[in-house]
Amino acid sequence: MLDTKDILETIHMISDENLDVRTVTMGISLLDCADEDPHRACEKIYNKITTRAKDLVKVAEEVSTAYGVPIVNKRISVTPIAMLLAPCKNPDPVEFARTLDAAAKKVGVNFVGGFSALVQKGFSAGDRLLIDSIPDALAATDIVCSSINIGSTKAGINMDAVALMGPIVRRAAEITAQRNCIGPAKLVVFCNAPEDNPFMAGAFHGPGEPDCVIHVGVSGPGAVRAALAKQSAGMDLGEVAELVKRTAFKITRMGQLVGNLVSERLGVPFGIVDLSLAPTPAIGDSVANVLEEMGLESCGCCGTTAALALLNDAVKKGGVMASNFVGGLSGAFIPVSEDAGMIAAAQCGSLSIEKLEAMTAVCSVGIDMVILPGDTPAEVISALIADEAAIGMVNSKTTAVRVIPAIGKQVGDTLDFGGLLGWGPVMQINRFSPAKFIGRGGRIPAPLQSLKN
Amino acid sequence: MKAVVTVVGRDTVGILAKVAGVCAETNVNVEEVTQSILSGTFAMIMVVDVTACTIDFAELQQCFNAAGEEKGVDIKVTRQELYDAMHHI
Repeated sequence: MLDTKDILETIHMISDENLDVRTVTMGISLLDCADEDPHRACEKIYNKITTRAKDLVKVAEEVSTAYGVPIVNKRISVTPIAMLLAPCKNPDPVEFARTLDAAAKKVGVNFVGGFSALVQKGFSAGDRLLIDSIPDALAATDIVCSSINIGSTKAGINMDAVALMGPIVRRAAEITAQRNCIGPAKLVVFCNAPEDNPFMAGAFHGPGEPDCVIHVGVSGPGAVRAALAKQSAGMDLGEVAELVKRTAFKITRMGQLVGNLVSERLGVPFGIVDLSLAPTPAIGDSVANVLEEMGLESCGCCGTTAALALLNDAVKKGGVMASNFVGGLSGAFIPVSEDAGMIAAAQCGSLSIEKLEAMTAVCSVGIDMVILPGDTPAEVISALIADEAAIGMVNSKTTAVRVIPAIGKQVGDTLDFGGLLGWGPVMQINRFSPAKFIGRGGRIPAPLQSLKN
Repeated sequence: MKAVVTVVGRDTVGILAKVAGVCAETNVNVEEVTQSILSGTFAMIMVVDVTACTIDFAELQQCFNAAGEEKGVDIKVTRQELYDAMHHI
């Protein structure tokens, strides 16, 4: 029996509170496209993507129309390309990136992720080649995203890879300086990267995944904020957590329904729902505003980490109940440039990189879409990556770094990417040098899993 | 196949007639109607059967959009499963 109140609540969440399915992502294994001849490999990749994902956009739009649920993005994730470079003779990784770009554009998706390598314990054939080519690959393509996993709780942190990634991030910004330094906005450096993440820029299709699969990433910070604004007056924090759980349940059920329908209509198995609160630059669709609704004057003030811990946990608890398979990053995202509340907090001086780092210990990902001064040294970026990876490694969680050195800009300036990537202020970063530490290289051993204090 | 038509907006004369007219023209059977006016906002919910609808779902939504624009209200048609999924365990 349908209840009028429930129906109007759903309509209100979608129309006024920016509730949507953030992404339907098709994961495609490219392992069967491996070939000694790189051109032949690229041809197979193009053919496989354009065959498998031929109807993805059309079907997602049909479901969106019939159920009245906006599906903002349709995306593809593929097997880490380093694995396909490995068997090739003299491959040009940029040719692989161009192939992904062309195939993704052909099927009409808005991003393809998987220009990736997993090097948490060391480099194998293809990995170094791919990493070195990232700046050129990101500059030569429009919708290809890259990610590198440099650490894990089981393997420790590959500090040689960390040392490499600082200069790669800088170089990616330098060669796209004329395009608002867009290169590094499409590059994520992970610790404990999930293999079934539907969100960009870190999506790739892990080697343990099936041949083809549909993942769904939900959103909904606006709906959670609105629920708190309407109902949380006088509630204690236990009751606030309960309210967040109930809202997350509804959001996730919507994502699960959409995922099931798309997967059924495409004849592709359903993978996971990623229970994430993913903000957008739209006013009100902000994770920072959710924290502020709990009673913080401005995101970043003392209490922010505790509020975020409550939010992150409640979102998972509500979502897990609503979905039969949960995975990906699942939690609250805290990107700065993609979240109007975070931008405001960074601009008014309430939110610092150090506070963001603390927040990443309890949220779903890490230092995300943070704009750094253009002259930030590469070793400082490497050290920031090492710090984030250490938090992820020790706490058995995913952490990541996606920072953009704004070439030619200083603290006080802003950088605007447009669209979902948003805009933001250049943030202050500690300038004392970690160069000698980063220069040591090697591997930080995996942490002890007992004696936890 | 059941769907839910929701109409939200400022109350004016003839909204119900307009929406019912679209249903009749497209062979959509109206099974249940509830409506209320909350602080001047008109909210109507219709449960309809679209099994024998003469046009496809996207076109039906467009017809309702056009009717909504004419009457100055927001009309949405959504498959019923969405509400079942979100509000029932």
